[in-house]
Amino acid sequence: MDEDLFLEDVGDSWSFQLGGEDEDDLHEYQAFLGSSFFDLSGDPFSQMGLGDHEGKQFCWKKTHTDSSAEEEEAREGSLSVSAQTIRVTEAVRDGDALTFIVISQKLSGSGEYHVARTHEDFQWLQQCLFSQEVVPGILGVIFPPLPAKPQLNAPTKVLKQLGFLAMGEDWRMYCMALETYLQQVAAHTTLSKNKCLENFLTSSEPPGRQRVRKGIFNRLSQAMEGMRKEGHKDVDDFFQTERDNNLTLTGCSKSATERFIDVVLTEQKLAVACGHFSTALHLCVEQEEDSAVLAFSKICVKLSEVIDSIKRNFESVAENNLSTLGLGLDLESRCQEAEKEMLYRRTCKLVVLETASRNAERAKPVKTAAMDELKVAAEKEFDHVSGVAKQEIARFHSTRVELLRQALILWCEKQLETARDTSFRYSEHLQAFKGLGE
Amino acid sequence: MAASSPRNPPPLRGAENQDPLSEMADEDSDEGEDIFVGNSNPVAESFQPDTANGEEPADLFSEEETSTAVNSSITTFKSNGVHSDNENDLFAEVSVELSMENPSTTAKTSGAEFTPSLTLSATQPRSMEQVGYNRTSATQPRSMEQLEEEKDEDSFDMDVAVTNPEKIGDGMNAYMAYKVSTRTTLPMFRNRTFSVWRRFSDFLGLYEKLSVKHSLNGCIIPPPPEKSVVGMTKVKVGKEDSSSADFVERRRAALERYLQRVVCHPSLLQDPDVREFLERDELPRAVGTHTLSGAGFLKMINRASDAVSKMTIKISYSDAWFDNKLQEVESEDLQLRKLHAVVDSLVNHRKELCGNTAVFAKSMAMLGNSEDNTALSRALSQLAEVEDKMETLHQEQAASDFFILAELLADYIRLLGAVRGCFEQRMKTWQRWQEAQSTLQKKREVEAKLLWANKPDKLQQAKEEITEWEGKVTQYERDFDRISVTVRKEFLRFEKEKSKDFKSQIVKYLESLLQSQQRLVMFWEAFLPEAKAIA
Repeated sequence: MDEDLFLEDVGDSWSFQLGGEDEDDLHEYQAFLGSSFFDLSGDPFSQMGLGDHEGKQFCWKKTHTDSSAEEEEAREGSLSVSAQTIRVTEAVRDGDALTFIVISQKLSGSGEYHVARTHEDFQWLQQCLFSQEVVPGILGVIFPPLPAKPQLNAPTKVLKQLGFLAMGEDWRMYCMALETYLQQVAAHTTLSKNKCLENFLTSSEPPGRQRVRKGIFNRLSQAMEGMRKEGHKDVDDFFQTERDNNLTLTGCSKSATERFIDVVLTEQKLAVACGHFSTALHLCVEQEEDSAVLAFSKICVKLSEVIDSIKRNFESVAENNLSTLGLGLDLESRCQEAEKEMLYRRTCKLVVLETASRNAERAKPVKTAAMDELKVAAEKEFDHVSGVAKQEIARFHSTRVELLRQALILWCEKQLETARDTSFRYSEHLQAFKGLGE
Repeated sequence: MAASSPRNPPPLRGAENQDPLSEMADEDSDEGEDIFVGNSNPVAESFQPDTANGEEPADLFSEEETSTAVNSSITTFKSNGVHSDNENDLFAEVSVELSMENPSTTAKTSGAEFTPSLTLSATQPRSMEQVGYNRTSATQPRSMEQLEEEKDEDSFDMDVAVTNPEKIGDGMNAYMAYKVSTRTTLPMFRNRTFSVWRRFSDFLGLYEKLSVKHSLNGCIIPPPPEKSVVGMTKVKVGKEDSSSADFVERRRAALERYLQRVVCHPSLLQDPDVREFLERDELPRAVGTHTLSGAGFLKMINRASDAVSKMTIKISYSDAWFDNKLQEVESEDLQLRKLHAVVDSLVNHRKELCGNTAVFAKSMAMLGNSEDNTALSRALSQLAEVEDKMETLHQEQAASDFFILAELLADYIRLLGAVRGCFEQRMKTWQRWQEAQSTLQKKREVEAKLLWANKPDKLQQAKEEITEWEGKVTQYERDFDRISVTVRKEFLRFEKEKSKDFKSQIVKYLESLLQSQQRLVMFWEAFLPEAKAIA
């Protein structure tokens, strides 16, 4: 009969304490409990009176620096900076943690904002976005994906999860991923209005730090939960198709990203091997007066220069791959995951709706009215979500195509430039070699 | 064909197509026994070379007829109508200038491990050896003049190529036959262009013959490629995979370089065995080549270096030169080995890159297929194709790395071994001279004792022995001087050749590198509009 959907859906990802100071805060977050960030189980109404749900609730505890900032956080506003100008310029090592410098230009054109943020701050921002004021159908939003936490001195397995983002010097790829994240949030019509974003980008004080109770976002638990719901048949062809495509694309893009990482890693290995070769050749150089030995030494030196060029070519090629297509594929892969999560949320709502409908049908006359109300609410919510989702999906596709397009063009242009440079250098070497010893 | 074969075999005018060597013995057997299977296989069973141009019935040389066969080939040379002065000298002077020790000792000094059953090939060239020796020494002044001229030319009027590897036979008795084509303007050959079919053991046999004859001179004799039981077995068994093809190609290229080095060497080129190898329709089966496995060769080299290090020599200017050079050779050997290891790892990484690129291309193709947006889908498919093309480029580049660079280094590591052998040869000559001197000394002491003891009959004998040994001392001293001159000359020539060789190979490498790069530029240029066309 009544499935305890609440418990079922409660994964242990992103658990946070909802220890707000007033009921208002609580009210904002209550609708969004669930397997990842949201409770997809019950109706909004049963979540009044949170005291009854100890231990099952998600609590969000904040440390307050500025209470006025807290009050403003959830309110709507508009961003005072220009979305495209947001930059994450560098990552500064601070003991075991990384601090990122975020720079953005004021819309008014009168200057820029410089702030330093840690990954926790980014996570706080992400939470803010999830926990927004109840916008109907917020669940239908495809949230820009935040890269996973970068760990310094991490074992290779952990770094592997970050993939391309962990490669490149000084976490440059990671910074670019964060930058894209911020730009995407700032460009989103709904999300950009969140005061948290404004705060994040402009406040010189670090935004309220959240204490994440239970570890890192645990995709695994969601995956296990999702197995049962993901396959749930849709009532709408558009969405069913979208879900199917998304499933394929998520797999394909992830696989392509991983294969590309292998390619780049091998290119880097080749660069190193060339370096060894070049060094070894230098050891062959003899300081002899004998003309024959001298001639051979010259050959060794020249060859060493050639190998050096080959090495630099590999380094450039790998770098280009990393910073354009690699990043693009990584982003595509994470965006597909984000869409997957949204579709999943919607599917869960569908399940809720279908359950509520069933309950309404089977209800005893005493409870019929209540059940009907639930059903109606579920239906309304589901429709909202679907509506938002449809828009989001359209926007999502055009954005990602554009992103991929840019990535591919940039990739091609850079590789073309490198290839031409290298070609020129090789031909110079060839001429030099032909002229040797004549 | 790999990039290492720059020349196409010259058009063969009236190519003497011989039927294949029909011996069935195991070519690359490393066992101690000689498998003499003297079956004269009917000609019909064997392959017909594609450039069939008037097949002649083969003269199947059985082992017994070897000596006569040799004689007949000598007669053939004579009756050529094409004489060089060298050839006349070949037969004119039969007097032995140098005392030839019996073949077995000769064999030992040249370092090869001839087994007793090897009498055939050892005895067979004996007359040739003597003759050959004389020829070399007698004509040395003349050939030196020729050398002076030829040194300045880029190529001796001589081109050899090894092509068309073909598998003859089946199963474990199969072997690969290679076409050896020559193009030359040198008058000592019957024709200007001609080709013959040879198998791997023939090449090894040629090396052995040259080794026996010339290493005593202090000549640097180019070593042949190594045997490989594993590689050949795969080929024999008929494994049609890329590793067999690679192996055959590698061997073909190595054989070609080997021959090219041999004919580049002015003294070796004059050797009738070389001529016979290039020209003669059928060669008697080379035996005893099982001793020249890679491991055996290595042992030989190591023994040589040990022996050299044990010897001491009184210091004089020219000796300092030799000591220096030997040291150079040894340090260069280490360097080349290191380089070879590095290049090897480079080749492996490139092959890895090939694999990764191919897998990536497939995953992009899948992504493209799943993509709804047509333009994006097409661009992704194009991307997959570009990556596929790049994989081919990487493959070619890996082959280039290997065949040009790695094999070059490997060749020179082996050549340095031969150089070391030369130096050792010189040391041995010196040692022989020193020993003769000490023997002479002893004989003199014996004579003195006999004089004192007044035994006239024994005295006579002693005096005779003294005379004999005085002669030997003089001769050995002359030998030593001569070999020192030769080794020095050879070494200088070797260094020059080495620089030339490296330079030309690296130019080839660079050319292939540049070509790959230019093709890559074209791929990217073709892809750019596709990427831009995404809407």
